[in-house]
Amino acid sequence: MTEYNFAYLDEQTKRMIRRAILKGLAIPGYQVPFASREMPMPYGWGTGGVQVSAAVLTPDDTFKVIDQGADDTTNAVSIRTFFQRTAGVVTTTATRDATVIQTRHRIPEEPLHEGQILVYQVPIPEPLRFLEPRESETRKMHSLEEYGLMHVKLYEDISRHGHIATSYAYPVKVEGRYVMDPSPIPKFDNPKLGDMAAIQLFGAGREQRIYALPPYTQVVSLDFEDHPFEASKANHCCGMCGATDSYLDELIIDDAGGRMFVCSDTDYCEARQAMGHKGKDAA
Amino acid sequence: MTPLLSVQGIAKRYGAHIGCADVSFDLYPGEVMGIVGESGSGKSTLLNCMAGHLVPDAGQVVFDTRTDGPRDTITMSEPERRMLGRTDWAFVHQHARDGLRMGVSAGGNVGERLMAVGERNYGDIRDKATDWLGRVEIDASRVDDRPTTFSGGMQQRLQIARNLVTGPRLVFMDEPTGGLDVSVQARLLDLLRGLVRDMGLSAIIVTHDLAVVRLLADRLMVMKSGRVVEAGLTDQVLDDPQHAYSQLLVSSVLQV
Ligand SMILES: Nc1ncnc2c1ncn2[C@@H]1O[C@H](COP(=O)(O)OP(=O)(O)O)[C@@H](O)[C@H]1O
Ligand SMILES: [Mg+2]
Ligand SMILES: [Zn+2]
Repeated sequence: MTEYNFAYLDEQTKRMIRRAILKGLAIPGYQVPFASREMPMPYGWGTGGVQVSAAVLTPDDTFKVIDQGADDTTNAVSIRTFFQRTAGVVTTTATRDATVIQTRHRIPEEPLHEGQILVYQVPIPEPLRFLEPRESETRKMHSLEEYGLMHVKLYEDISRHGHIATSYAYPVKVEGRYVMDPSPIPKFDNPKLGDMAAIQLFGAGREQRIYALPPYTQVVSLDFEDHPFEASKANHCCGMCGATDSYLDELIIDDAGGRMFVCSDTDYCEARQAMGHKGKDAA
Repeated sequence: MTPLLSVQGIAKRYGAHIGCADVSFDLYPGEVMGIVGESGSGKSTLLNCMAGHLVPDAGQVVFDTRTDGPRDTITMSEPERRMLGRTDWAFVHQHARDGLRMGVSAGGNVGERLMAVGERNYGDIRDKATDWLGRVEIDASRVDDRPTTFSGGMQQRLQIARNLVTGPRLVFMDEPTGGLDVSVQARLLDLLRGLVRDMGLSAIIVTHDLAVVRLLADRLMVMKSGRVVEAGLTDQVLDDPQHAYSQLLVSSVLQV
């Protein structure tokens, strides 16, 4: 589509976003402000992630988009189509073949490798927002490493539920310095954030923030000594591929309330089935 | 003996208007200083300058720190000052909602300072919070309730517990009994007196209520138009005021 610049955004905007990304990579976990642009899709559809993807994509890239682990949701399809049209990049659903993966709410099961970039769509970048709405104050708390409030949130969880009930957007500390919101991924994915071979970039469009984790960064989930962090998932295997180590979605399969568990990462599940793995619900 | 706090020549203007001017005094460990004066006399301005909430235009606020001895808290770095604010210093606001997190349980409110200084054992934090609720006469069964469900007097007691849990060495209080019913005030005063005595607290209490300083303060400063017009032992100032303004204040002509 010739009426667009490559990947929709003009070069000056992409340079501005790349500067924010580089700064983010230099200060892992630090939220870098950037001048978010209007994108031809509503906020909540991942405009932050889309702008980050637009800034890092090159014509040689292979692009994958997942939404809650699936390549085929409306959101994933529309973003994939957007970059097919505006950047003409090759797209894929195979995690290992992608060089740039934009994601909402999941990290792929298959370990990422060096040279890959994982771009997260972030709704609320500020982990302290929940208890301290004043931006001037949260900025100060980050700069002075005053993170006691983060544990107040976890304390409240335990006092109300008997355990840390936060199961998405579970806060982490990066390289012993910045506390970061990993976006609403399940806490099952938290251990994958740390020591990852790929570059991780986080884009919040409405909030105009970008942050990043360079490869092999130390990322620790916050917890208490007597309530340690646990990367929990449903205690089942995948009904389709039999995987015991993947994050599962629960599906209602008939009117009688029958249910089954399947991998939320569709590429992972399909690849396993193609290799002959079979779950108890597989045809 | 080294003063715990030594205030020298504090002045704060709001534009051309004087908030407070030329205030100096020493506070020794275990002492309670009362600051009285009518509304608008500069008490809160002075207190906020001392507690690091306002930057004075002139003067020093020298605090005898645990690690480095006397330090001017005005010129120390902001991280150091904020660290003091959640360890050795405490601040009790007149309105409990300014000093509490209303969306957080009572236990979380009391535990916040513990977590801020690095405590990471949930059970220990909760035990200490529960213990402190008891000390301010709040039933342990309320530990998971939010302060929004508490009466005004309970909120104020919770704010006090939240401030004292880390064993601060200096407590700033701005009209701690203001805005409460008279009977509730009496109970809170009683509690405060007990805590001050039992913990050997050093405190600076701002109030326009002479009954509060009569009960709590060892020494008194009387402020008028931003300046200290008289200072001395509480009983002396209240029973035999020397300055004409103090005489008016004590004779309750100026009481609001
Ligand atoms: N933020 C402000 N801006 C301008 N004037 C102020 C401000 N705060 C206080 N003042 C003025 O400074 C004087 C002292 O106020 P304050 O310290 O609040 O007195 P007090 O606590 O004794 O009632 C008053 O004349 C008041 O109107
Ligand atoms: Mg006042
Ligand atoms: Zn599967």
